[in-house]
Amino acid sequence: MWQTFRNQLHADGLEIVTVGLETAGAEACRPYIEAAAPEHPSLIDQGHKSAELFGFINIPNAVWIDEDGVIVRPSETAPGPASIEREARNPFAGMEPPQHLMEIAGEAVNIQSSPAEYEAAIRDWVAKGADSQFALSADEVIARSQPRDGDAATGQAHFELAARLEAMGHHDDAVPHYREAHRLTPNNFSYKRQAWSLEPSGGDLAGPVTRFWQGPVEGAEDQWPYEGDWLSEVRAKGAENYYEAWKP
Amino acid sequence: MLTESLTVSRAAFEAGTGWELKPEGACRGDICIPLASPPDGDNVDVASMATQMALPLVADEKHGLWSLGPYSGGNTTLVSAQAPELTLPDLDGNMFSLSSLRGQKVLMIAWSPY
Repeated sequence: MWQTFRNQLHADGLEIVTVGLETAGAEACRPYIEAAAPEHPSLIDQGHKSAELFGFINIPNAVWIDEDGVIVRPSETAPGPASIEREARNPFAGMEPPQHLMEIAGEAVNIQSSPAEYEAAIRDWVAKGADSQFALSADEVIARSQPRDGDAATGQAHFELAARLEAMGHHDDAVPHYREAHRLTPNNFSYKRQAWSLEPSGGDLAGPVTRFWQGPVEGAEDQWPYEGDWLSEVRAKGAENYYEAWKP
Repeated sequence: MLTESLTVSRAAFEAGTGWELKPEGACRGDICIPLASPPDGDNVDVASMATQMALPLVADEKHGLWSLGPYSGGNTTLVSAQAPELTLPDLDGNMFSLSSLRGQKVLMIAWSPY
């Protein structure tokens, strides 16, 4: 999808870089990247370093950087381009989806974003550069970047430790640091989803779909090591508030 | 920035934190944080820098690892609109630096397989 969009605008000076936030590493990203066959740089970020530097708090999030290396839009929700048809993918192909995943899918359909407006804004920027109304001033970029107080900075330090310990194979030792990261940066949903997705799934599942369980398993609720989980947090917040409304 | 030692080289500190050590202080873009006790020579005392720059320093004693967190003095993630350097591997382990794309507009998108 982004590859098609990139080819439409590459001759006009746009390059796309995708960054896979994945503590589990490159192999977990491989099937998706190979299916997308990107001609643009497609990077793997095990420690979520790009998130700390640029303020990604959920996915998909994106930043715009101009020809001089100046950020002209800070991290914001970046839905896939509305004009480009997505390949229909059924993650439940050949299986009877467990009730838990059906409930997640039922909430996910109510998640809202602004794909048409966002795509139009990118096209406008590529055509007009700094004259685009969507290219923000440096002061506005800084002001709109994600808030970070001392707690959030400490939470980010914990997350980096957790991700390294996970990569080293010390999952149980990573969990307390994930928990601190979640407590100190409650708005960072990718920190939560990353940790939740590394816990065992229920049902009789195998393959990439297991990563979407992200919650306690029936009958083994006491083994769930986190305060929250995808379904209960999204229900509490309201799926329609999953992403912040896009601000031109 | 993760480290197994609380003493690191200047180059490791600068690459790990994105803050350059200059005579006027620790600098990123046009922002400089003055340092009362700047590092002398090539060794940087990470704990001292954490105090001087108000960066969180978190330890995992069992694994002998420290994590020096990011700057929060501006109350925002970005303190400058200049894009920080980011160097990451691709699927095959080849390292790629964002700064190599100067001269093009860049849309950098974060995604995940979960």
